Amino acid sequence: MENAKLGLYLCSGCGIGDAVDVPKLAATAEKYGKPAVCRTHACLCSAEGVKTIREDQAREGLNTLCLAACSPRVMTEVFDFDPRETVVDRVNLREHVAWCSKPKDEDTQALAEDYLRMGLTRAKRMELLKRYESETVKTILVVGGGIAGMTAALEAALAGYEIILCEKSDRLGGFLGKLSSRFPHTAPFEEPEPPPTAALADAVLSHPRIAVRLSTTVESTAGQPGQLDVTLKSAATSETIRVGAVVMATGFKLYDPKKLGRWGYGLSPNVLTCEELEHQLAANVLRRSDGRTPRSVAFLLCAGSRDPEHLPYCSAVCCRVALKQALQIRRLSPETKVYIFYKDLRSPGRHEDFYRHVQADPGIFLTKAELREVRPAKDRARGLEVEVSGTALGERLVVEAELVVLATGMQPATEGDASHLGLKYRQGPDLPTIEHGFPDSKFVCFPYETRRTAFYTAGCVREPMDSDRAVEDATGAAMKAIQAVELTGQGRALHPRTGDLSFPDFFLQRCTQCKRCTEECPFGAIDEDEKGTPKPNPNRCRRCGVCMGACPERIISFANYSVPMIGAALKEIEVPDAEDEKPRIVVLACENDALPALDIAAMNRMQLDATVRFQSVRCLGSLNIVWIADCLSKGIDAVLLLGCKFGDDLQCHFIKGSELASKRLENLQETLGRLMLDANRIRLEQVSIMDFHRIPEIVNAFAAEVREMEPNPYKGF
Amino acid sequence: MSATATRAFASGGIVVVGGGIAGMTAAIEAAEAGHEVLLLEQEPCLGGRVARMHHYFPKLCPPTCGMELNLRRIKNEKRVRVLTGARVKAVEGGPGSYTLEVELAARMVNERCTACGKCVAACPVERADSYNYGIGSTKAIYLPHVDAFPMRFAIDPQTCLGESCARCVAYCPYDAIDLRERARTVTIGAAALVIATGWQPYDARRLENLGFGRYPDVVNNLQLERMASLSSPTGGKIVRPSDQGPIRRAAFVQCAGSRDQNHLPYCSTVCCTASLKHASYIRQQYPDAEVHVFYIDIRTMGVLEDFAMKVRKDEKIILHRGKVAKVEAEGKALRVVAEDTLSGERHELVVDLCVLATGMQAQTQLEVRPGPAGELPLLYDSFGFVAPGKRGGAVGAGCARRPYEAAAAVQDATGAALRAIQALRAGALPRGNRAFTAEPPKEASKRDLVGAAAQRDQQHEGR
Repeated sequence: MENAKLGLYLCSGCGIGDAVDVPKLAATAEKYGKPAVCRTHACLCSAEGVKTIREDQAREGLNTLCLAACSPRVMTEVFDFDPRETVVDRVNLREHVAWCSKPKDEDTQALAEDYLRMGLTRAKRMELLKRYESETVKTILVVGGGIAGMTAALEAALAGYEIILCEKSDRLGGFLGKLSSRFPHTAPFEEPEPPPTAALADAVLSHPRIAVRLSTTVESTAGQPGQLDVTLKSAATSETIRVGAVVMATGFKLYDPKKLGRWGYGLSPNVLTCEELEHQLAANVLRRSDGRTPRSVAFLLCAGSRDPEHLPYCSAVCCRVALKQALQIRRLSPETKVYIFYKDLRSPGRHEDFYRHVQADPGIFLTKAELREVRPAKDRARGLEVEVSGTALGERLVVEAELVVLATGMQPATEGDASHLGLKYRQGPDLPTIEHGFPDSKFVCFPYETRRTAFYTAGCVREPMDSDRAVEDATGAAMKAIQAVELTGQGRALHPRTGDLSFPDFFLQRCTQCKRCTEECPFGAIDEDEKGTPKPNPNRCRRCGVCMGACPERIISFANYSVPMIGAALKEIEVPDAEDEKPRIVVLACENDALPALDIAAMNRMQLDATVRFQSVRCLGSLNIVWIADCLSKGIDAVLLLGCKFGDDLQCHFIKGSELASKRLENLQETLGRLMLDANRIRLEQVSIMDFHRIPEIVNAFAAEVREMEPNPYKGF
Repeated sequence: MSATATRAFASGGIVVVGGGIAGMTAAIEAAEAGHEVLLLEQEPCLGGRVARMHHYFPKLCPPTCGMELNLRRIKNEKRVRVLTGARVKAVEGGPGSYTLEVELAARMVNERCTACGKCVAACPVERADSYNYGIGSTKAIYLPHVDAFPMRFAIDPQTCLGESCARCVAYCPYDAIDLRERARTVTIGAAALVIATGWQPYDARRLENLGFGRYPDVVNNLQLERMASLSSPTGGKIVRPSDQGPIRRAAFVQCAGSRDQNHLPYCSTVCCTASLKHASYIRQQYPDAEVHVFYIDIRTMGVLEDFAMKVRKDEKIILHRGKVAKVEAEGKALRVVAEDTLSGERHELVVDLCVLATGMQAQTQLEVRPGPAGELPLLYDSFGFVAPGKRGGAVGAGCARRPYEAAAAVQDATGAALRAIQALRAGALPRGNRAFTAEPPKEASKRDLVGAAAQRDQQHEGR
């Protein structure tokens, strides 16, 4: 910052003083950084240490602090400075130097000196954070009026938020609302119970903070969280409203039974789906197409589910739906015998009680089985024949059934449908999906994190689930939407850099309209105008810095994280002459996984090669290739990138940061060839936080390889 | 020890009991929406059972990764205060005003600790490593684990020789050890309450035919999970506990205690997927090993089926629909006798390791004290799970409520945070069609140090 008033504090505790000559370090750094205040302390994190800093700040007006002590991951509550008032850079002398290097060695001293110069450089180039100001609203839009949507609306309204609930049909209740009963969700888990949707709909309709729009769909959604302009469309009208966040709970559709050849749908009017049977049961009717009550009914579970040719996943509820319907059939017609053929009977938790209750009925026969075929019985009047294999009654079993019921699986309602959100985002109108069309996050720890900021999904549009789970899911989604409107209103980032006040600033005069930032942003945060100039939406941004890494003109910066800032820090690494045979390696490490892993390795006192210099990055996706070019042109011998796992089971918290870095690297390696530099000098390794055992090996093995290489020919230029 | 009148936390905030994944989630989600939260954890660090796991299904990714992010959120969020070593003994009161009786353990290491680790060399005594479920040992002064939060040592009062030894005190450069500290009981007030006390494995010794506790090579699924973790005493190697030998053949007994009216009548929901994951761990470490899984139904619900399909492609993972009748010794190995419930055939297998997929049981039941009219602040069901109560009352979260896999526990806990917020705001909401406005965040650095609440108690008591 222009008027930076710098304080440099060095801690000699926790073994730092044993490993390096701290007074000498302080003297060197003082000469280099010219801080207004420079102090060493035996235990900087102690109450006295922190008091010293605070007093200096008050007396000298320090607005920039370089704290050379332990990892920035620890003692956070001690070194706690408001980033709007004080810039802080924490240089990790403990974990990155003292605990992983040979004590009192000249290479260790050089390592500490490099880190200090890097830290001072970064600190001087950082700016105070200022919040992004935008007029935001806290209204939440819920799309879909089924059990999940109604729950999300009511739960958020009960916490005090205004809700607009739009439902495409002319009534609330969704799929469940059309049923006369559901399988039991309350103790003793024995008898079917009425669905809770009617009471829920009453509560929703009568709530003063919920505006319900029936027969209404979302035509388009533009803008950014806190300022989303949603156009709602009904038969007669079209209206645009402003909301802060969106919960999408548009439910599921049943798999088309006509696609299930050998399951016999269409073969006879007496092959029904569970949904069709449900209509009969709701009217207390059980009959075949000829009006007769069937004497036998066969349920075929997993009709389409758990089948690689149809829906490879399990639809979660069909087993219990069949159990419920079997029980209802037996009540309506005690003479009717029921068969249930399943792959595995899935009644989790207390629903096991319900399964046990149904099993106790001798008129309901359940067995594991694989369906072979449904065909007309030889005596057509008798109905149908179901052939199964692998049952408890033998390898092959044929039963006659006068009615066959297919428990067809669930698909997200978005599948094959027009967009439910109509996002006017450069990256497309829908929430990105990963598998089977479900917009789930695929983060076990953070199940709500969709790739569109402040859009959350709930209920069966996200994953097949029963109605209890849908209620829990929707309550959680409502919580996330509330958080989104609250944090957005303060100009703060949402997950995973929750609360971050920094945001990317675009110096558009130099933009060449290459569109890389708008294409690569993992969250679709950046739109573009007709010419291709980016139109940033800071409230959509998750602050990963992928755009900053992508930009070839380097016009995207955060106040406390930028391409020139990291570039300048890397240039502060002192490169020994070639004849010293001391190579230098830069490791750019993701702060989410690689860096903690390095800390843990240091906790275990695993030793690292002293040729290595770490620089943390917000995400490997924020890596700008110019950093590597700068390193190489300065004589750094090699660069190692440590990022999170990408691919199918990705672990990158910013979804595709490490993958993008890897792509950028491929391009760079061609350039290296032209410069006559060995492409092996640059490498990317995918690591996880639990790779702390492996990381020192990776780093040290790379260092050993680099020692075998010719020194970088650009040294000394 | 009698409860002091100290109120370590003003009524007006949310108290979350339990600092595992569900409790951490409930706390941070509520705080990030603008509310003051006190998170109580009885262990010396946060993380619960999830932090001890090797990998999550279905991605086979380390839970530590999400734990790191959640801890970062907690470290950055001034509205969350954490009190570790805090065991809630009893709860009374009702919506708006709960009182918790909390026993604060004597950690004997204060917040001046920097985790430099010098004390370890000084300590002459060892204890079983509770973090590793008793596998391996630590000194009496120990860091719960290398990535613990708070990153601070603790002393096991059971093992520590006390002031007569005090070598650690002399070694500590930061005056962080106080061997005179004693456990004490305080009362803590709360306006809203979230119970996230988690789960424990069903005690498999009660399944006498399965040999748990009798044969060291019969382990439960938690022990296997811990053994597989890179930070475990075996460094992640899965071995026979009896002689550290390799695994050539292993058997998994599903529903060990679950779906059994003599034990846990309910299904524990996660064990099927967990065992398939465990089978894949073994197969990854031993390319020639065979893994046999005995099950009633494989319950890999929803999209977890994808994971099951992937694992089941491995021909050396063999699934038998059947019930294990008994596990007995066969020389140095184990003999597993089972009946295939489809074919009626009897299986006999000699294995190196037998893993019991023990069910999930509620972990803690707090003493619930009725109010003057006999009303209870919190309800438990007949299995010890927190039962759904009235809106506005105390809420359960995660496996304290029912068996869940981690992702579902996180969802449930996120919802529990909202229920707690509703309870807090109930009186303050404007009438009619007007939105609630959360108070502007308090920006001043008012976050107490971890454990500072306890410190303040001490000062209070000292007065």
